[in-house]
Amino acid sequence: MNIILREAQNYLLGAKDGMSEGMNLLTQLSRVFFIFLILIFTLQDYTYYRKKTQEGRERVAHRQVVVMHFFSGLGFLLIFLNTGNLLVLVFLAGVYIFYSVARNGYMSMYSKASMLLVNNMLMLLSIGFIMIARLNLEEAVKQFIIASAGMVFSFLIPVIVRKMKILPRLTWLYAILGIAALLGVLALATVSGGAKLSISIAGITIQFSELVKITLVFFIAASLSRDTSFRSVVITTIVAAIHVGILVLSTDLGTAVVFFAAYIVMVFVATRKAVYPLAGLLGGSLAAVAAYFLFAHVRQRVIAWKDPLVVYDTSGYQIAQALFAIGAGGWLGTGLYYGRPETIPVASKDFIFAAICEEFGCLFAISLILICMNMFILIVNISMQMRNPFYKLVALGLGTEYAVQVFLTIGGVTKFIPMTGITLPLVSYGGSSVMSTIIVIAIIQGLYILREDEGEELERRKEEKIRGRSDPTADWPGGPGDHEGERSASQIPRR
Amino acid sequence: MRESEALRRSREDDLYDDESELYNKRAGRAMSRRTVSDPEIREARRRGDSGAEYREALGRNRPRRMDPDNQGPEYREAYPEDGYAAVGGPYAGRDGSSPGSGRNPYEEAPEEWQSEPPSGIHIRKGAAYTFVSYVFILMFVTLIGYLVYFNFHSDKVQNSPYNRRQDSQSTYVRRGDILDSKNNVIATTQVDENGNEIRVYPYSNMFAHAIGYSTNGKSGVESIMNYDLLTSHDNFLDRIVNEFRGVKNKGDTVVTTLDADLQQAAYNALGDYQGAVIVLDPHLGSVLAMVSKPDFDPNTIAADWETIISDPAGSQLVNRATQGLYPPGSTYKIVTALSYMQRYGTTDGFSYNCGGELVIDDYVVHCYDGTAHGEENFGNAFANSCNCAFAAIGLGLGPAQLTKTSEELLFGKELPCELHYNKSRFNLTAESDQATIAQTAFGQAGTLVTPYHMALITSAIANRGMLMQPQLVGRVTSSDGTYVENRNSKEFGAIMTEAEAEALKALMCQVVNEGTAGELSGLPYSVAGKTGSAEYTMSDGQIGTHSWFAGFSNVEDPDIVVVVLAENGGPGSQTAVPVAHAVFDAYYNK
Repeated sequence: MNIILREAQNYLLGAKDGMSEGMNLLTQLSRVFFIFLILIFTLQDYTYYRKKTQEGRERVAHRQVVVMHFFSGLGFLLIFLNTGNLLVLVFLAGVYIFYSVARNGYMSMYSKASMLLVNNMLMLLSIGFIMIARLNLEEAVKQFIIASAGMVFSFLIPVIVRKMKILPRLTWLYAILGIAALLGVLALATVSGGAKLSISIAGITIQFSELVKITLVFFIAASLSRDTSFRSVVITTIVAAIHVGILVLSTDLGTAVVFFAAYIVMVFVATRKAVYPLAGLLGGSLAAVAAYFLFAHVRQRVIAWKDPLVVYDTSGYQIAQALFAIGAGGWLGTGLYYGRPETIPVASKDFIFAAICEEFGCLFAISLILICMNMFILIVNISMQMRNPFYKLVALGLGTEYAVQVFLTIGGVTKFIPMTGITLPLVSYGGSSVMSTIIVIAIIQGLYILREDEGEELERRKEEKIRGRSDPTADWPGGPGDHEGERSASQIPRR
Repeated sequence: MRESEALRRSREDDLYDDESELYNKRAGRAMSRRTVSDPEIREARRRGDSGAEYREALGRNRPRRMDPDNQGPEYREAYPEDGYAAVGGPYAGRDGSSPGSGRNPYEEAPEEWQSEPPSGIHIRKGAAYTFVSYVFILMFVTLIGYLVYFNFHSDKVQNSPYNRRQDSQSTYVRRGDILDSKNNVIATTQVDENGNEIRVYPYSNMFAHAIGYSTNGKSGVESIMNYDLLTSHDNFLDRIVNEFRGVKNKGDTVVTTLDADLQQAAYNALGDYQGAVIVLDPHLGSVLAMVSKPDFDPNTIAADWETIISDPAGSQLVNRATQGLYPPGSTYKIVTALSYMQRYGTTDGFSYNCGGELVIDDYVVHCYDGTAHGEENFGNAFANSCNCAFAAIGLGLGPAQLTKTSEELLFGKELPCELHYNKSRFNLTAESDQATIAQTAFGQAGTLVTPYHMALITSAIANRGMLMQPQLVGRVTSSDGTYVENRNSKEFGAIMTEAEAEALKALMCQVVNEGTAGELSGLPYSVAGKTGSAEYTMSDGQIGTHSWFAGFSNVEDPDIVVVVLAENGGPGSQTAVPVAHAVFDAYYNK
């Protein structure tokens, strides 16, 4: 068996250290093919809503699924040919099963789930799996296991969202949970990589800031959906500021900015008063300047951002390596295994975007950004279509956090903004990050289902109205008392 | 029942208002446009109102909201805000300002909500969403834009000597050649019968520091042009064919500004002295020659590496031209003279009687060899390189003025330089004592400068005060010559005024015509310059003297700037001036 493998490897790739026609040929072709696949996928993302019919949309989603399978297939094939490790093929099979379970799970349990959102999530996860596996197969397997666990767990979340009508009223529970988690970790923190709040329990390192991302949004949503008076905004601000403050103290600047942005956006949309975000941005800017002068770790990042080559030996090293990688990749990338992403520090985590740029190329990376943008648009769209103000704000807050996180990590890696040390959701290696993002998407999917419930109610009411047009009293028909649109799943007609 | 139903419905209508267009389409009808801020509804809600009263507040039982386009007259009259009802109808004055005759619910409303001030800018919820979405989409688009921009402008990063990634390119590209400005090959890659690549430097030691080496790390042009040398711009189709055939493409050729003949002359002229010679074109900034000794053979550097780095002197690898820091000695008098001109506007009217020594507190300034120069004007003092006169000038100017001029001439500052270099040092402060100020004025006491820096100052004088950005590379071409990228000369900036440059030029002419560089007078070409004899303490405690010369030829329209430093070469006139002489001769005898 081994001999056959080696033969195949030699035939397709040649010896690892020398030049070989076959290796070059396959890799050269593969990089164009990868870009072709992701362009198709992205195109489908943005044509989905232009399709008017359900059939048209299903075709688009189906095309994405086909692309995903080809993408993973090609990626893992190259990894297999370069490493000769049979585990890679098992991994590929696992990924295919994962696709099927995730899609069927969402489809059968929640007939109204947004398959576009599911597809985007799976595509981003796949890009992550391939890039991480190319860097470190062991990490990729770990990532896959956690993603699978998260996926199974996430099937429960829409049920919880739908059944737990008490969720909008647990305002202070969220605040206490969030602050307690952050404070507890700050006290016990084992600082890893200079800027990560994490705590090890039974060998598993959990980053609580990832989970607090969710509780903070729930707190703000619960607080502002009930009352948008000045007093309520002030209380919300104080609690949010405590969250952000603890994070700044524990040097997790990226998450602090994510929290801050979510807070600003949620307050703005809930109150619809421009003065709040303007005051918030002003305060945030002042706080940023103060942080620059107060904390050495903030200053370092700014110095490294201005010119990483000047401080190459110290704080500039990481960003310089990332820039070398992005530059080396060019538009089409070097091809898998033809770059040197292993020289980028924390390549599989905070700097995974640089590794992707290097081996998959800039065009691929741009498509990746467009997919992330599509995720955000989908989430905001869901939020806009919700009618319950609490869930509206939750979806918007989570979407904002996602968008800001993507912006911070990609902007930081490319030296567009100072590096804040944060992961690229779903793509970067990191159990807590991938778990929390899958949960966030599950929550949003849960909301999406609620939205669809509301949509159905609306449709039905419209029909009633048409039916009863001749009768003036039919204008105000007696509807079901459940005006929040939170009717239980059993009342939803199944497709 | 019906009443509470109405209230609930009105609440839901508020929420409908927040729906997107998309949702409107899905629902298949136009949504009610009443907003949450609609005061009559709010008021009705606040009062816990129901049914009849609520409708009373509305004016009457208006029919449910529908698409106004398709409704009958009764409906239109009930909803005048849609613009279908006749002007002046019962609700024409809905906002309370226009003269409507009908009942206006606003006017009848309790003061409680009428007085509620619209605090801040009030934004519809849909608008808030749209705004937030666009802000974030803009952020994503900016990110993409930046990434595209970076990909077009990544050269600077790519060329960084820290970037080791380029080396992996050598798997697919054969390192390109390096030529001098007359197409003499300075470095090339040959392939032996076993397919091994060997980097060959035909001039051996001569260009050791300027061109550098490419194994055991990289230096010189090999380092700064690494990216271009490993990038092929040959015919696109040829490259594709080569890639599939598994044949390496040839990297681009780097054509330097160096002149092998001039380099040879400078290299030979410096002889066995340790030190450096730099030749610049003052108008273009081109580096024509750059010699540093002791040197090494880049052909055998890999084999010699251990010997070179374990050498106790350990300095063959140091490029003395750009990295060697030496006391400037009398060449610094150029700076002091400029400082004097900046303070007094002219050198006229200056006179000094030199007795060969000057006592400052408990320190005694000596002129070289204790010569007493007698009565001197400024030009004489400069030409004779009179330490006593310049000590007196320095004390008169004070540390602030000297520091200002030195900093303008880039002492202690970053220099425009492609190679590794050291910043010059200048330590004068307001607290410096008199002796230190005096010594600084004639180039001793802690001031350190590289020959390269001295060449920059001299070339600015030769180019009317304008310093050109020095460059070692003239152009990059593909190996088949189909692609050419010229590196045009750039101005760095004026570091002195034209008048000051001309005045310094006149002083430097005097040095040649009647002063310490007399050897350079009466030649077929004219020369201006300044000598230096810089004292330093050797490792055995003895006092040695570095020999300096900084000058340029063809004074009216200077051709080349030559700076020579010979370590422990004695007075400038004795060693450095003859070296410069040989370089000038080589330039004009070609």
